[in-house]
This record gives sequence, structure tokens and C-alpha cells, in this order.
Amino acid sequence: MSAPSTPNEGGTTTLVVRVENKAGVLARVAGLFARRGFNIESLAVAPTEDERFSRLTIVVGVDAAPMEQVVKQLDKLVNVVEIRELNPAASVERELMMVTVQADPPIRGQILDLVRIFQATVLNVGYGEIMVSLTGSPSRVDDFEDLLRPYGIVDVQRTGKVALSKLAKTAPDPLAP
Amino acid sequence: MNMNGGQALMKALENEGVDILFGLPGGAILPVYDPLIDSSIRHVLVRHEQGAGHMAEGFAHATGRPGVAMVTSGPAATNIVTPLCDAYMDSIPMVVVTGQVPYAAIGTDAFQECDTTGITMSVTKHNYLVTEAADIPQVIHDAFHIATTGRPGPVLVDIPKDIVDPNNPRSAMEWYTPDSHDLPGYLPNRAGDSELIRQAAKLISESERPVIYSGGGILKARAAEALLELAELTGIPVVTTLMNRGGFPDDHPLCLGMPGMHGNYTAVTAMQESDLLIALGARFDDRVTGKVAEFAPLAKIIHVDIDSAELGKVRRPDVAIQGDCRLVIEELITALGEIGGREAQPDRNTWRSRISGWQERFPLTYEQSKDDELLKPQFVLEQLRDATPDDTIVASGVGQHQMWTSQYWKFNHPYTWVNSGGLGTMGFAIPAAIGAKAGRPDRMVWAVDGDGCFQMTAQELVTAATEGFPIKVALINNAYLGMVRQWQEMFYEERYSEVYLTRDVPDYKMWAEALGCVGLRVESPEEVGPAIEQANEVDDRPVVVEFRCEAGENVYPMVPAGMSNSDVVVDPSQQDRPR
Ligand SMILES: Cc1ncc(C[n+]2csc(CCOP(=O)(O)OP(=O)(O)O)c2C)c(N)n1
Ligand SMILES: [Mg+2]
Repeated sequence: MSAPSTPNEGGTTTLVVRVENKAGVLARVAGLFARRGFNIESLAVAPTEDERFSRLTIVVGVDAAPMEQVVKQLDKLVNVVEIRELNPAASVERELMMVTVQADPPIRGQILDLVRIFQATVLNVGYGEIMVSLTGSPSRVDDFEDLLRPYGIVDVQRTGKVALSKLAKTAPDPLAP
Repeated sequence: MNMNGGQALMKALENEGVDILFGLPGGAILPVYDPLIDSSIRHVLVRHEQGAGHMAEGFAHATGRPGVAMVTSGPAATNIVTPLCDAYMDSIPMVVVTGQVPYAAIGTDAFQECDTTGITMSVTKHNYLVTEAADIPQVIHDAFHIATTGRPGPVLVDIPKDIVDPNNPRSAMEWYTPDSHDLPGYLPNRAGDSELIRQAAKLISESERPVIYSGGGILKARAAEALLELAELTGIPVVTTLMNRGGFPDDHPLCLGMPGMHGNYTAVTAMQESDLLIALGARFDDRVTGKVAEFAPLAKIIHVDIDSAELGKVRRPDVAIQGDCRLVIEELITALGEIGGREAQPDRNTWRSRISGWQERFPLTYEQSKDDELLKPQFVLEQLRDATPDDTIVASGVGQHQMWTSQYWKFNHPYTWVNSGGLGTMGFAIPAAIGAKAGRPDRMVWAVDGDGCFQMTAQELVTAATEGFPIKVALINNAYLGMVRQWQEMFYEERYSEVYLTRDVPDYKMWAEALGCVGLRVESPEEVGPAIEQANEVDDRPVVVEFRCEAGENVYPMVPAGMSNSDVVVDPSQQDRPR
């Protein structure tokens, strides 16, 4: 369990939680947040390289509760094995968005411009709509969504972010024990 | 060894040292009740599953060992939710086994199906839905480990019928004795950090007005002796919260008694005026702190708790030590010794004399009954206290009678006070007293109960009578839901709403007799002593003594909810005294 860090600008903190891969674990985590009045902004669940464990990436709104309590209460769940708090400056974050936008033939080109600029992917094209996806940092995905909004968003689905710590940039000290 | 899941469950419980089980059978748990016949474990047949849960709690309170209850699915499981929550709030080690519909039927709204693990998730330390017979030995081994280590608490094990039913092939299994735990996320730590303990010792030796704020963690950690040694070494006065009555002897000169909403003036005020609170296994509950922002405003805080989530939850400590109370106190004593021991403690005579001044000016007090009046409950409790052995175990319900018992009893031994603190569960006393008697048959066990509480769980006196637990019940009949009546009197302009229970219905003496007990009724002060003596003589069945008490008596002192502890309301007769 790492020491609580300062939350980032949006008043959120990202927790990476390793849990036992057992039935009901997600309900325990979600139930704990509800019961203690903590706010989940987003939550992503994925298997890990070790099949006994899963990894939750939880973005927590920190206005409601001190982060320290969130972490300590979470740590008390018997199925929670490890909690790491990701400092945004020291981690790489990604999120996937799929979005369907209104795109009548005359304006389809404008949308494809944005797709090109953001290096997004066209997934499906209809007569008056287009479906695209983008993977990127949450703020980049926000920008893309904002720029598409004026055209008329028909449907949007975001995964919530996942994150890993940034890697060391220097060679390890050969004299260190 | 080949066996079925039901046999494995019994064997697993035996292996955990279980010798008594409180329960009531039904469809889903039926297969387990068959191997029970051949087991060494004694089963106590309760009359309501809530009773089974509170009995298990009472057993754990009195013995420190985990209490065990076993009930069927659906309504039986929901009936035991209250005791689970009670045990969760008060950190009571308990294991509850519930039956469940066959695994394949889960989720189909089968007869007597309910989502037991879902319902109990937030009121247990952990729970299990066992899906394979082969998992039973490991799960039971882990369940007892979780219930009894770290911060203790209730664990529920939900067992589908097919994996314990010998007629179902899914129940077949090979027995094994688990030799380790499969709990990668559960590694409770007991030892405190030595550097922090040294810092605590330093703070203590610099403090002029320290108070030891001792909570239920003292009893859980078996730390009463260590606490006594710490207090005597340093000469620091000790308050004992509702959960730690008996954890430090009331007759000790350093004991200030109970703090909090109905604590005595000295305990409340000494904390409020202190410059250092040494919180040992206590959690800064709102009933203790009053308005948190104004609680002990000048005090630095040393906080020791096994549960690190308690450290800083309510009040930020200056020194926070995660660890087992006994180990930390023992190490603290050593650390204090290293910096000079008793001689190095500052002169605290001024502090001591302020404290004894409060004790003289504001003792607990009440007015004796006048000629035409019924009994005063405080008088009854004093008489009962003085007429029973020093190590009597007292269980109580929730309400005024509970507060008076905690105030007026002299708890001089650990594990003699059995009560529902965090949840405040009416109806706790009788089943909890039965559980305590089951765990300590050598002790006299009295339940002090309110008339409201009594009517919630009195049927368990049948269990007591038929299973041979000769507990005694002091029924404080004040004809009211007294505690609520007191709040309506004080905070709702005496507008009494739905708090009158009636004085004569039910007829408690006749009811007690119908339940298989001796029933006695007492109305005047001179009958109190003899009735208690008569009750103490009975050893072959339970006794209920109905004490007919004044209805209008209030519990003082009182810190009204949400108010500062500095505004504690004292007994009307003491209101003009200088503070
Ligand atoms: C199960 C439950 N229901 C309601 C309450 C609220 N409550 C707290 S004390 C009390 C009155 C208890 O009455 P009684 O047992 O007669 O005790 P008294 O206060 O009169 O001594 C009530 C209703 C509670 N604590 N528990
Ligand atoms: Mg009453």
C-alpha cells in the first residue's frame, strides 16, 4: 500500500487494485464504495498475467472522502491483495471510446478530417452516421468527444481508463545492493 | 478418508475446537443436522435465529473464543442478520453457517432462497458461498482464522444443500486437514512500529494532563493486565468505554469509569481537559466524542489500534500505531522504562487534584424513592451489584437500564460485561446471557433487561430452561421505552409519542413461569434484597425478577447528541455546582 498522493486536477485519484479472481469480488468493492460514501468515477476490470488475480483500475472522486480512508477500507477487504495509487505524472493512462456521430454525406468529410487528425479508426459507416473509435489518454479522448459533439453524437461508450506506472529512464546503479 | 460434505463440515468445526453450536434446523441445512447427531459438538436449539446469533456473541464476549451459530436458508438467514451486524460493529469473533438452496437452483428464486452472501456482505468481516464439497475444510479453517485474528469479526459461510446431502453425488469428497490458509489478501500485522512506540513514550513523559482512553480492543487483545501495568507505571488515569467495562478494574484508584454520552462527569471532563489522550483499542465513536470538532481540543493523540483504518478516521493522531494492543502496550512499558520509568514521569499532582475535585463534586447520584413511589432502577442495580459475586457476568439490553448498569456496576474483572455497543440492539440481553452462561457455566450470569427489550427476545428463556442454562434476569419494568421517552422529554417538549408500553400487560411473572422460569415480582425497596437472594439460590432453572420501577427517571449525566462534551448536562441536583 503506497502513501496517499495528491489528487489530480479533476479531483480524482486512480487506484490500481489487485484482487483475488473470485465470484463476488467486484460486488464487495462496489458495495464498500457505496457504503462508505465514496464516489467511483470509472472502473475497469481485467484479468492479469496470473489467473488467480484480477486487476481493477478505479478512478475515485476524492471530494467525498479522504483518499486515505478509501485505501485503508479497501485494503481491509479479504480478497484485496494489493492497492497502488497511481500518480498521474508518473503513469501512462489509456482509455478507449467508441462513438457513433451523425454524418450526412455532405459533412462526412469534416468528420473524417477529425478522425485523421486524432488518428482514430473508422469502424462502421452508414448512410447518415459514422462509427469511430479512439484509444488515447483520457484528456485526448475528451477533446475528440468535444469536437464531435456539435455534429450530433448518437451513441457513445467509453471504457474508463486503465493505467500502468511509467518505466525507469536510467540504468540501475550496478553498485546498489 | 471418503465422506460427504455434511460430515466434513462437522469434522472441520470439531477441528477448530468448537464444542457448542447455537442453531435451528430447516430444509436447506437439514443434511448437516444428521452428522451432528454423531458429533462431539453440543447443539443448543434456539427459538428464533436472532437468539442463536446473540448467543454466539455472548459466548464470544465471555470466553474470547469464537461463537458459532448454524441456521437454514432464506428467513433463517435474514433472522440472523441483526446479530451479524451487531458482531461486526463490536468486533466480536463469530462464525455463522447458513444453509442455501442447491447450487444449481441459486438464482432461480427457489423456495427459501435468498442472496445470503449479498445481504450480509456489508455486515460481515468476510463471507463465503461454498460451491464444492471439497472446499469445505479449507473454507471453515480460513473462516475461523479471519474471525479471530486482526480486528475480530463475524464470518458467514453459506453452504448449498447439494454439497452436504449424502444422497447427492456432489457431496462426495475426500477429507483433508488444511495446514495453511489460502488468503493472499489477508495478512494481519500485530507488532507495533518500535520507533513510533518510542515517540509515544516520549509524548507520555512530557504530558501534564494525560488520560488513557481504553476501548474494546483491550479485551479483544487480552491486554487488561498490560493496561493495568501501564497505568500503574505512569500513574495515568484510565477511562473505560462501554466496550471496555471490566478491562480496567472500577475499584482501582486510577479508574475514572465510563466516558461518553452517559459517562460520568469526571471521565467526560478529564478527557475534555486533557493534554494527551492515549487511545488504546478505541475508535473515537460519536457516543464518546460528542461534537467531534470540540472534543478534547487541547489534547495530543496517541492512537493504538489493530485496524489501521481507525487511525485518523475521526481524529488525526499525533502518533498512530497500528498493532495489537497487548503487544504495543508491553513494548510501550519497555520504552517508558528506557527513558527513566516512573521517576521520569512529570509531577501530575495538580491534574490529580482537579480530577478528584470533579469526582467529589459530581458523583453519580439519584433520589431514593419516596413512600408512594415505585423502585428507582439505580437502587435496584446497586442492590444487585452488592448481592452478587464480584465476578458475576452481566449482560444487558439497550436503553436506560443499559446505561445505569454500566454506570452503577463495579466491573473489576475482564469479560464480565456483555452488551451491544455499536449497534445498540434491543433484545440482546437474554440470548447473550445464555451464550455467556454456556461459555462460563461456573459463573453467575445476570441479564439486566428493559421491559421493551424483554418483549423482543424473551422466548429464548425457553431455550435457557430446556437446555439447562440457569441465567437470571433483572427486568427493569418502567412501563416505557424509557430511553426514547427521555429524549422526548428533554428534546421534544415532553410530547410523548408511542413510547408507553403499559405497566401490567404482559404479566411478566406469569410469562416467566410459562417460559419455564421462576418468576418473581418486586415493588418496594425492602423486597429488593430478599428477591435477589432468592434468585441467587435458584440453580436448576432461569429466574426472572420483575422490578417495578418509576417511569420518569432519567439517565444523567448526558451529553445531548451533537453537543460538545463540555456541555454535559449533570443531574438536576448538581446543576448549580461550580465546574
Ligand atoms: C431493535 C431496536 N429497536 C429500536 C431501538 C431504539 N431504542 C433504543 S432504547 C429504546 C427503548 C428501550 O426500552 P426498554 O427496553 O424498556 O429500556 P429502557 O430504556 O426503558 O430501560 C429504543 C426503542 C433499538 N435500540 N433497537
Ligand atoms: Mg423500559
